[in-house]
Amino acid sequence: MSKFAQTFSSSLGKKLIMSLTGLFLCTFLIVHLIGNLQLFKDDQGQAFNAYSYFMTHFPPIKVISYLLYASIIVHSVYALVLTRNKNKARPVGYASYDGKANSPWSSRNMGILGTIILVFLVVHMSNFWARYHWGELPTARYEVSLTNPNDVKITPIPFNGQEIAHADYVDAPAGVQVLIAKDLYKIVYESFKQWWYVLLYVIAMSALSFHLIHGFRSAFQTLGWNNSKYVPAIRFLGEWVFGVLIPLGFAAMPLYIYFFK
Amino acid sequence: MSENMNLTLKVWRQKNAEAKGQMVTYSAKNISPDMSFLEMLDVVNEGLIKKYEDPIHFDHDCREGICGSCSLHINGRPHGPKHATTSCQLHMRSFKDGETIVIEPWRAAAFPVIKDLSTNRQAFDRIQQAGGFISVNTGGVPDANEIPIPKVIADEAFNSATCIQCGACVAACKNASAMLFVSAKVSQLALLPQGQPERYRRVQAMVAQMDAEGFGHCTNTGACEAECPKEISISNIARMNRDYFTARLIKDEV
Ligand code: SF4
Ligand code: FES
Repeated sequence: MSKFAQTFSSSLGKKLIMSLTGLFLCTFLIVHLIGNLQLFKDDQGQAFNAYSYFMTHFPPIKVISYLLYASIIVHSVYALVLTRNKNKARPVGYASYDGKANSPWSSRNMGILGTIILVFLVVHMSNFWARYHWGELPTARYEVSLTNPNDVKITPIPFNGQEIAHADYVDAPAGVQVLIAKDLYKIVYESFKQWWYVLLYVIAMSALSFHLIHGFRSAFQTLGWNNSKYVPAIRFLGEWVFGVLIPLGFAAMPLYIYFFK
Repeated sequence: MSENMNLTLKVWRQKNAEAKGQMVTYSAKNISPDMSFLEMLDVVNEGLIKKYEDPIHFDHDCREGICGSCSLHINGRPHGPKHATTSCQLHMRSFKDGETIVIEPWRAAAFPVIKDLSTNRQAFDRIQQAGGFISVNTGGVPDANEIPIPKVIADEAFNSATCIQCGACVAACKNASAMLFVSAKVSQLALLPQGQPERYRRVQAMVAQMDAEGFGHCTNTGACEAECPKEISISNIARMNRDYFTARLIKDEV
């Protein structure tokens, strides 16, 4: 085995992989949240649909998105490997084991929390991501007046078996900016109008919250980034930004559409 | 002085390493709250011996919290309910009259049971032998304070060096990881000038031995730090990780 491979098959190396993939996925969450804030815009999905097209077609973002899929897979596979090691390291369990006396609940249940998130990801990606790429999606045509950007005319074009080309241009004679885009917003809107879907989101985001409350801080500890100067900052970020703000932001989207749209 | 108490004990009994063990219930009568936990077991054992039964085996030596021999998992926690206390320093006043106490050995593949509550912890010795030392030529006694070491660094190294090798960290960890122990042993030398020549070789050798012994990986739950009788901090683990990754991925040997 090469020295490099040896390093990553050691117990510390496996944790390094968990840490780095986890942190990468954390940075993605920030981007994903900020981008999707456009769902809150009252524009019938114009900004959101334009953004979806950009995210799926801009080459550097495409490269990052492949890294992202790989990270999800590696993070999950290594979690399984580590769980197996753990069972090997303690083949006979305790009759009485008082975990809550010495460690937070989330730190002892990362596997369960991660599994909930993974199940959610499968549903989430097959509904939106896979459908956006290969599914039957309606198209929307937005005509925004060049003189008054609040004057928008929308024409829904239902799916008729043929893909309609994406377009974004200025029609000067008509005095409008035209956007023809796959109407992912409509799919999102319809999904978020179903109570069970909203519930799934809220459950998954609670799991994400607990997963990150432990995971974010833990990733830095694994990297060896632990000193009295910046640990308070890491703790704050892990608990309030990644543990509360981000999951709350994501959960707010289906809740907002379900209750207020 | 408070009244003596009567307790029910559920104790893991296992004839030898190969035998299948089981929990056996005993009653401990008329126990003084001022007894230590091990003295309470002594009383129970005397009763067993008088009945020609096999006494309960458990490890102990100093009985003053410094040798790391005692290793009882009491009511779901290594060394019992008291913070920063070894089993031998735990007193029966920490329990209530009529209470049921569950006593088990450390559970880890790397710590096989020898008999009853006593486990084989030689894996720790082998990790130490892999690198937990400094190589120096013995010669004349050097003058004291010849090598300047800042007080805070000396204190931190001393804190790491207080590890008594009891194994409670492994017992407490849900992954049976030995990271707290190994990192304390790595740190006590990595912090001091005398430990520098072998610093990066040491950490690699000790981590490799730790993995070879079959300990689990660390998921940073902090259970080890909370249960360690010597309050070894998990900042030692971070330091070890730093040194290990530096040695493996960044630093050339020369
Ligand atoms: S680190 Fe603490 S719990 Fe672990 S062996 Fe040393 S003294 Fe015991
Ligand atoms: S018997 Fe020595 S530490 Fe408990």
